[in-house]
Amino acid sequence: MLLVVEQFLNGLQFGLLLFLLAAGLTLVFGIMDLVNLAHGSLYMMGAYFAATFAAWTGSFLLGALMALGATLVLGIVLEVSALRHLYGRDHLDHVLATFGLILFFNEAVRLIWGPAGLALPLPAWLTVPVPILPGIHYPAYRLAIIGVALLVALLLYLGVMRTRIGMLIRAGASNREMIGALGINIKLLYTLVFGLGAALAGLAGLMQAPILTVQIGMGENILILAFVIIVIGGIGSIRGAFLAAIFVGMIDTLGRAFLPNLLRQVLSGAAASTAAPALSSMLIYLLMAIVLVVRPEGLFPANRR
Amino acid sequence: MAEPLLRVEKLVRRFGGIVATDNVSLDVASGELHAIIGPNGAGKTTLISQLTGHLEPHSGSVSLAGRDITYLPAYRRCALGLARSFQITSLLLDFTAADNVALAAQAHAGTSFRFFANARKEKGLRDAAQAALDRVGLGHRADIVVSRLSHGERRELELAVALASKPKLLLLDEPMAGLGVTESQRMVKLLQELRKEVSIVLVEHDMPAVFALADRITVLVYGRVIASGDPAAIRANEDVKRAYLGDQHVVTHHG
Amino acid sequence: MKSLSVSKAVTALMLAGLVLLPLYSHLTGNIFILTLFTRIIILALAAASLNLIMGFAGLMSFGHAAYLGIGGYAVGMLAQEGVGSGFIQFPVAIAASGIYALVIGALSLRTRGVYFIMITLAFAQMAYYVASGLARYGGDDGLTIYTRSDFSGLIDLGNRTQFYYLCLACLFGVMLLIWRIVNSRFGLVVQGLRSNEQRMQAIGFPAKRYQLVCFVISGTMCGLAGALLANNTDFVSPAVMYWTRSGDLMVMVILGGMGTLFGPVMGAVVFLLLEELLSQITEYWALILGPLLLLIVLFGRGGIMGALGRAGRG
Repeated sequence: MLLVVEQFLNGLQFGLLLFLLAAGLTLVFGIMDLVNLAHGSLYMMGAYFAATFAAWTGSFLLGALMALGATLVLGIVLEVSALRHLYGRDHLDHVLATFGLILFFNEAVRLIWGPAGLALPLPAWLTVPVPILPGIHYPAYRLAIIGVALLVALLLYLGVMRTRIGMLIRAGASNREMIGALGINIKLLYTLVFGLGAALAGLAGLMQAPILTVQIGMGENILILAFVIIVIGGIGSIRGAFLAAIFVGMIDTLGRAFLPNLLRQVLSGAAASTAAPALSSMLIYLLMAIVLVVRPEGLFPANRR
Repeated sequence: MAEPLLRVEKLVRRFGGIVATDNVSLDVASGELHAIIGPNGAGKTTLISQLTGHLEPHSGSVSLAGRDITYLPAYRRCALGLARSFQITSLLLDFTAADNVALAAQAHAGTSFRFFANARKEKGLRDAAQAALDRVGLGHRADIVVSRLSHGERRELELAVALASKPKLLLLDEPMAGLGVTESQRMVKLLQELRKEVSIVLVEHDMPAVFALADRITVLVYGRVIASGDPAAIRANEDVKRAYLGDQHVVTHHG
Repeated sequence: MKSLSVSKAVTALMLAGLVLLPLYSHLTGNIFILTLFTRIIILALAAASLNLIMGFAGLMSFGHAAYLGIGGYAVGMLAQEGVGSGFIQFPVAIAASGIYALVIGALSLRTRGVYFIMITLAFAQMAYYVASGLARYGGDDGLTIYTRSDFSGLIDLGNRTQFYYLCLACLFGVMLLIWRIVNSRFGLVVQGLRSNEQRMQAIGFPAKRYQLVCFVISGTMCGLAGALLANNTDFVSPAVMYWTRSGDLMVMVILGGMGTLFGPVMGAVVFLLLEELLSQITEYWALILGPLLLLIVLFGRGGIMGALGRAGRG
């Protein structure tokens, strides 16, 4: 029971983190029609910034805030200097150019911080276990991640659905020319959206940093998970990204935790322990395959046209 | 009575609350040139899309030579003898004119799962392509890449591609669209010859052309058939006149 | 016509160089260059297979490294289980890649465009994780292959020069095959689908069937490259199908000239030599290579073959 609740929360936490990443990716794709592989690099940079700034200032929170600002600025600089020139080009061009950016970022990080990973220690008040149910404790920091991510998801939802800028974003996603015709500074809007996506990726990275080691290439595996989420959720849809992210986070976490035991009840011990790791890492891709067979457009395709 | 070549029965297609095709029935006899006209927004494109297999109807049926094709994909319909041209020219832009036509011939000349022999050296396909190009007056442009052809030439090429599949029925979606006066006249002349060889469904805005060519005309307004008959009957029809109030002069003054 | 002759001349020069390379290596005693070029040829073969699906069929597969891994693991796993014959290993490698391509292709081709890119990428990553989970075959650490594929004395893969020529023969064979396919009925259909799918459906071609077959052909060719690669390194590990390898292959194709016959080979040679060269200058070579890629995308249309064509005209 204890394990189930804990793994359930872990799944939720991982899913929410994935959402932060997928939301930025799907926004940038939905609005600017840009496939940004370097989104994972922004996630990595968020983690490296946080580890560095926290060490400088001696405060986790201050470091995290500065890291958030830094990824936002980095995103804006990246958009203005390079990615802006890719709008309207072939998707293949996007893939190649941003693939080049990944190489660059990975190497730059190795040059600046060295090949060994960094650690981002948590302050004492975030490490205490919090009782959530009678007899069940859960780490405060993971609860904090869940809280922050939910808050961001809510703000994002309200921002996109209720504000003037959100209206522009939605209009931009469905009709690029119209926005231009309204006389809105579309360049600025794009830069802001990209910056927002970068900040979300950075936030995911810096929050994940204390749980995992901060290391080169950390953004790449999770980027592919974000792709899977977008495929499942439907490109350009925030709501789809949210639900698919939770789904994927849960399946992945619960699969890794419980599949070996389940298999052991069906198969022999040796066969089970051979098959379990391979199978549990396949789960979300199988999920994606099923979605593709049933609904090739994703579960919640954005309302276009 | 002989089975009509194309029979459309009680076709219905909705988009949200709008009924774009409202209980449309029509027959096209073998050897006939049947025109479908109607003001903008009458649902001509929606109807055509259901005939070609790009859109599925919500109810009703389409049959070709007695065979139900309502839910067949586009490529199967083509194999059964239904060829089409597109309203907005749709060709392989980076291929030559001859390649475009030869591919259509290839689709109907045995399997295309042949991996080794050079298809551009297959005499049968090339001859068929050249014949179809000659037929529409493009024979001398065979080796030109489509992106370098003029708009008028592309419209003619569309026809050649459709012809190359040796269809029983040609579905022409506004073949005159965007053509100048001389080009239009050439196209009308061409269609006048083609109709001797193949049955044609013609969707067209160019009224003089329609009245000059058609054996029968079906008038579509708001997705519904308001009249169907020979050109003289359509010209005299009061409902048609009312529907075409803005274009009335076109209907009455020509032909 | 003159533009053709420039790219033709450069291509011929490159091919002649590849054929004569072992002689040069033998005369100068430079063994390193032979090893380097064996690798280059194998990856050129992989790039050429990717070009078939990407350049000619217009489907952006971002998961081609998976076939390198599958081909490699087929050789490695069979060797581990005591099946050393290349007459078994290579057909199995090719067949396994083909079956994987059939399944992945059938799923991925339900979608188009960006979805297709993401999905092929994701499935390749799945293959990567599955290989990492194969504890019996080395898991994360990979699998050492103690004896190279045995072709019963017909050809000795342990001999550097013989192995080099085997790889080169495979490359030439595949290039010949691709050339025939591209100009065949099938090839024209596939290229027609790249150009205008709607039109092709309207003249009677079921798109997916042809694209899937092309996807499978491409996959089997890349599986062959994988089997060769495993023999070349005497080792296979999940890293061989890491997604950056798929990216590398894409870069080779684009760099050389997508949709041209010899472009990918040219791209592989230039890309891998550049990588080698840069890594000799600085440890941080990717710092240069990354932005270079960005610049090539922004300003270099048509890759090397395109540039050669322009040079010929200008």
